[in-house]
Amino acid sequence: MARTVTTPRKLINTAFAWAVGLLIFFPILWTILTSFKTEAQAIASPPIFLNFDWTLENYAVVQERSNYTRFLWNSIIIAGGSTLLGVIVAVPAAWAMAFVPSARTKDILLWMLSTKMLPAVGVLYPIYLLFIQLGLLDSRAGLVVVLMLINLPIIVWMLYTYFREIPGDILEAARMDGATLKEEILYILTPMAVPGIASTVLLNFILAWNEAFWTLNLTAVDAAPLTAFIASYSSPEGLFFAKLSAASTMAIAPILILGWFSQKQLVRGLTFGAVK
Amino acid sequence: MGRIVLEKVSKSFGDVEVIPPLDLEINDGEFVVFVGPSGCGKSTLLRLIAGLEDVSGGRILIDDQDATAVPPAKRGLAMVFQSYALYPHMTVRKNIAFPLRMAGLDKAEQDRRVEQAAEVLNLTDYLDRRPGQLSGGQRQRVAIGRAIVREPAAFLFDEPLSNLDAALRVGMRLEISELHNRLGTTMIYVTHDQVEAMTMADKIVVLQAGVIEQVGSPLELYRAPRNKFVAGFIGSPKMNFIEGPEAEKHGAHTIGVRPEHIAASPSEGLWKGTVGVSEHLGSDTFFHVHVDGFAEPMTVRAGGEVGLRHGDTIHLTPEEDKIHRFDAAGLRIA
Amino acid sequence: MATQHSRSVARLMMAPAVVLLLGWMLVPLTMTLYFSFKKYLPLRGGDLGWVGFDNYVRFVTSSSFWPAVQATLVIVGGVLAITVVLGILLALLLDQPMWGQGVVRILVIAPFFVMPTVSALVWKNMFMDPVNGLFAHLWRFFGAEPISWLSEASMPSIVMIVSWQWLPFATLILLTAIQSLDSEQLEAAEMDGAPPLKRFFFIILPHLSRAITIVILIQTIFLLSIFAEIFVTTGGAFGTRTLTYLIYQRVLESQNVGLGSAGGVYAIILANIVAIFLMRIVGKNLDA
Repeated sequence: MARTVTTPRKLINTAFAWAVGLLIFFPILWTILTSFKTEAQAIASPPIFLNFDWTLENYAVVQERSNYTRFLWNSIIIAGGSTLLGVIVAVPAAWAMAFVPSARTKDILLWMLSTKMLPAVGVLYPIYLLFIQLGLLDSRAGLVVVLMLINLPIIVWMLYTYFREIPGDILEAARMDGATLKEEILYILTPMAVPGIASTVLLNFILAWNEAFWTLNLTAVDAAPLTAFIASYSSPEGLFFAKLSAASTMAIAPILILGWFSQKQLVRGLTFGAVK
Repeated sequence: MGRIVLEKVSKSFGDVEVIPPLDLEINDGEFVVFVGPSGCGKSTLLRLIAGLEDVSGGRILIDDQDATAVPPAKRGLAMVFQSYALYPHMTVRKNIAFPLRMAGLDKAEQDRRVEQAAEVLNLTDYLDRRPGQLSGGQRQRVAIGRAIVREPAAFLFDEPLSNLDAALRVGMRLEISELHNRLGTTMIYVTHDQVEAMTMADKIVVLQAGVIEQVGSPLELYRAPRNKFVAGFIGSPKMNFIEGPEAEKHGAHTIGVRPEHIAASPSEGLWKGTVGVSEHLGSDTFFHVHVDGFAEPMTVRAGGEVGLRHGDTIHLTPEEDKIHRFDAAGLRIA
Repeated sequence: MATQHSRSVARLMMAPAVVLLLGWMLVPLTMTLYFSFKKYLPLRGGDLGWVGFDNYVRFVTSSSFWPAVQATLVIVGGVLAITVVLGILLALLLDQPMWGQGVVRILVIAPFFVMPTVSALVWKNMFMDPVNGLFAHLWRFFGAEPISWLSEASMPSIVMIVSWQWLPFATLILLTAIQSLDSEQLEAAEMDGAPPLKRFFFIILPHLSRAITIVILIQTIFLLSIFAEIFVTTGGAFGTRTLTYLIYQRVLESQNVGLGSAGGVYAIILANIVAIFLMRIVGKNLDA
């Protein structure tokens, strides 16, 4: 049983933790605030915290100049497509490993994990070459496939750990009750696994959204997602802090919101079930 | 109908033979209990009958039909799992109706049977709840309800009471026995608890290391255990075993006497010893007695209010005709 | 547990994932190995024949190799040290009773969800810009001369940016581990007369050791292949060229594929050494 603590003690904890939390969050907060400033106010000295003329102008300029929606659309298609494809491939595999384990299941799981450890740079040229040969360079389809492959081990692992929590008894009970394999998956397994599948989808969508090695190296114009959109701001041109902030906010806002929902699954997904 | 016959049924996992070939007959309407220590293969045997495991050899006949290769759902058996295995995302009503839904019964018939089962099991008020909102005993009843509605040829119970607390267990034991009386359907019940076996069974099958040690009614097993293992497993507290000169006097390697078949007296008797721990249950008192010359302490049942204390001298006399004799291999000498 | 029939179905269900990953692993790996033994310059003559281990020797003897190793070690080591130490302290803090715990947790975790290119650019410009960055303002406020962070203190800057990104990960995992500690253990230690600091070193830290190992291993694997942060901040200049970045430059910028591939093989071997340790821990956990 957790012991109750005195109110002063709790007050100190609260004040200290909030201070640290805000300090860590500050760069994001500052970026969001700056995105609503004019360029002059963005670099004012001393810096202005809240007392500025709020404007949406930067967002309009960013959209107009670099066509934000096109990058956003690419990000959604690439992250969403790779996640969806990954889940379709991983659900049956994880199901089989969780409910019909064999002597080799563990080896297969670990081997899958080992493919995740392959450093991207080690296979950069072969993939680059294959993409040129197959005409996939700067295509969304190509990136969907590559991101699906690099995240597939994580998807399989996460689903496996979720499926393993479904007691085998229940599936046997269904079998005794006359459910066929199809009915078992449809009526028993799927409803019970939906929360796990949802968290898996969420976390992998985030990972794919933020992936910044293959998306930078395999795209140019047509298929470039938000990671590349932001990278195009790396060479400054005049006053651009407010616009950079607006672009950054637009790139991270969707995922920050999703991320807050997935914090619990983050641990499980990224430690392959080793920490829960 | 629910007559189940096992012919030379065996099961191996890889190279490990967990059940050597065994034969067993279960008659229609019988309440059969498989009992044995954990790991004795009793659950595996039940799962072989259910069809959840493939047999490695032999045949399983259900109502004289070879069911060895028939999938679980087609065997006409219903199973109640140790964990209850309720579907957590379905209401009680849907849980109970699930096997009917799978069998393709029409909605009205499903409802009728579910209502009926719920009434029998006192679940009518809980039909729209989910398993998570029920107590252990209620969940247990839902699991049984799911089995009843199928009107199976036989019920299979896999340690159904082991997750309940002691008081509830006694109650559910009665309920299951009553259910058996009312339905008259064959029931196969697996447990490691010999009290459950003794109180519920028409026929007990004692298993050890996958081998059937003895089959018989509770009293047969109590009166004439075929070997030391059964003698020690059936009955509570455990039978006392004595080796050495005392056994040789009876022409045996080992003799066994149940605690309730020994008379205790402060003054005179066959064996003399010292009282160790005494357990007072009110109705009975159990003394652990260190008898001079015996290797193991003996357990003795005395009346409720015998005034002997730790360290007192006690005299014990076994009832001659209740002494069980075993040879060096542990088999009963008739 | 299972019947013959379900086993063959299971094999069929695993096939697509296994085949895809097998292809993903074997095809590029074979190609990398193949190229690493060739003199291959796509823009300057193409395939110029087999050269044996020439590329492997040239990669490690080039003047940029050791600085790259050093840069890699500094970044990985620096970030690990910062995130693990601060992560433990933060996890302990977040485990205390307080008001608004959920919100604080979210604030702390947020940086993890920021895409690497964004965090690198935001830090580079809004904080580390020598004229208009917040740090420059801060330095001037205290009367100091602003520092041109990414050129004068390039390594500490990158370590700082990357640590900010990975601190949430370490904190979250360590917090999860702390919360799994049975509070009765701590109470027992308290009854046994252990003061708070001793309770930390004798009970909490040993309990965390496995989580710490996992944090170190997983982060090492990700940190070894840090790319975007360097790509958008220094472009590998000012001594921040890591092994990963060096290989990237050899392959895509100077199009010396043979040399780059040899470097890639080194990177793969290095990552596998770390991976073996991680897999052992994860594998043990599977049995439990």
